[in-house]
Amino acid sequence: MTRANMLIRLAPWLFTIGLFVIWEGAVRIFQIPEFFLPPPTAVAKAFYEYWPAIYRNSLITLEATLVGFALAVGFGLALGLVIGWSRTIYAGIYPLMIGFNAIPKVAVVPILVLWFGIGFVPAVLTAFLISFFPIVVNVATGLATIEPELEDVLKALGASKLDIMRKVGIPRSLPYFFGSLKIAITLAFVGTVISESIASNYGIGNLMLQAQAQFQVPLIFAGLVALAVEGIVMYWLMAILETRMTGWAQRSGFAQN
Amino acid sequence: MSGFIDLHGVSHRYGGIQAGPEGVLAVEDLTISVGRGEFAAVVGPSGCGKSTLMKLVTGLQFPYAGSVTVGGEKVSQPVKIAGMAFQAPTLLPWRTTLENLLLPLEIVQPHRSELRRKKSEYVARAEKLLASVGLGGFGAKYPWQLSGGMQQRTSLCRALIHEPQLLMLDEPFGALDAFTREELWCVIRDLHAARKITIVLVTHDLREAVFLADRVFVMSSRPGRILVERKIDIPRPRDLEVTFTKEFQDIVHDLRGHIVQARQ
Ligand SMILES: Nc1ncnc2c1ncn2[C@@H]1O[C@H](COP(=O)(O)OP(=O)(O)OP(=O)(O)O)[C@@H](O)[C@H]1O
Ligand SMILES: [Mg+2]
Repeated sequence: MTRANMLIRLAPWLFTIGLFVIWEGAVRIFQIPEFFLPPPTAVAKAFYEYWPAIYRNSLITLEATLVGFALAVGFGLALGLVIGWSRTIYAGIYPLMIGFNAIPKVAVVPILVLWFGIGFVPAVLTAFLISFFPIVVNVATGLATIEPELEDVLKALGASKLDIMRKVGIPRSLPYFFGSLKIAITLAFVGTVISESIASNYGIGNLMLQAQAQFQVPLIFAGLVALAVEGIVMYWLMAILETRMTGWAQRSGFAQN
Repeated sequence: MSGFIDLHGVSHRYGGIQAGPEGVLAVEDLTISVGRGEFAAVVGPSGCGKSTLMKLVTGLQFPYAGSVTVGGEKVSQPVKIAGMAFQAPTLLPWRTTLENLLLPLEIVQPHRSELRRKKSEYVARAEKLLASVGLGGFGAKYPWQLSGGMQQRTSLCRALIHEPQLLMLDEPFGALDAFTREELWCVIRDLHAARKITIVLVTHDLREAVFLADRVFVMSSRPGRILVERKIDIPRPRDLEVTFTKEFQDIVHDLRGHIVQARQ
């Protein structure tokens, strides 16, 4: 490994450590009170002290997120294929979807609570609602951007629409699909935490809400860090999945404009 | 009126007839006939409707007036017997060169249902075809590992793998350098000689048209009609050297004159 490569490998860690060092330094130099912005050392201490609670609630948040995300993948993939299949359906559904996506999901949580009560279910559904949109859009884009000339080549061979979908549409929309998973999983976390902090007795969202009520500011930040770590890990897993499944797209420079 | 391809009084408007003046009248009262096994070249100003002509012949578009018949049958759906190649190679990046070649066999009957049983036979056929265009041994490479000229050759092979009776080429060499282009002229020339298929070639390159074709059709500017039809009597097999003869250049010069007129 060359020096430059080594540096690139280390860069994420160096920058993260650098951020914490600057944060710690700034808090000390400007003597910022802990209830306003706790230093990383205080956050770490809270992390240590409340580890059982953080751990338990992190798992609850992760579970709701993953279930919501899985629903979003299934539903998003199906809807994306349907939309990419038919122009009429595309034209009909697209404005609805944009409108739906524009609704702040915070506003939907009370309705979900009305229907399903508080706790796990609204968290899952909020995660689902917030994360399926990018999946649908990406899958539909992959299908809708088939080169017209390639379509002509296949049609002149007598290919049916289903043939074109199977041979071209679906394989070429896979990179878009796997690319969208990275965005979707992070959004799913956002959805879960929104719902947990409004309508749940569990989860990191709820933990942070309680910490806020009791003025345990370092614990709030510890919750944020726990979320960030979960988000990074899941994003990273999705990125690996993407490379595994659609390495050809990256090697060929497909759809990277 | 007994060619392999017959277009009679064909008019086509994009956006449909109901689009009226808002649609684009691409071709109007177009009449052209190409015999079985003939090599026809179509030249004309940009935007005159050459690609539209290709789509009408292959049943990818339907005219609002006039008739299109191919192989004695009225064209009312995509023809299913044509191989097509365009300026862009449009290969599938997730398939190897060989897999790209097999794509038409996964669609066209009877190959489609025999694919599994005769796989090795088809693979051998594809490899032979690749070798015939100078791509022997490249089957396992992905398209993005090939040069532009090699991709274009692959695209040509894909158009030929199912042994179509009709080959439609829309500026297939437009994006290539002069030397590669001339090489591929010879590839097409030999394919035509060996297989006796009917070929329609759209091109901007008059030398290409005269070198390859039995007849050259000059189209008017939009809406396109056939202005001039010129038989090329240069005997076959033609060698690249023929392009430097006076006879050849006179024909090119003459055609150029017609195009210049067509553009006005
Ligand atoms: N899908 C389409 N929808 C609407 N108009 C179209 C469509 N395709 C072509 N046209 C129009 O029809 C006319 C003829 O187009 P065509 O593609 O047949 O020209 P061409 O002779 O192939 O041009 P070039 O030499 O530049 O390829 C053009 O004016 C073009 O704008
Ligand atoms: Mg064209």
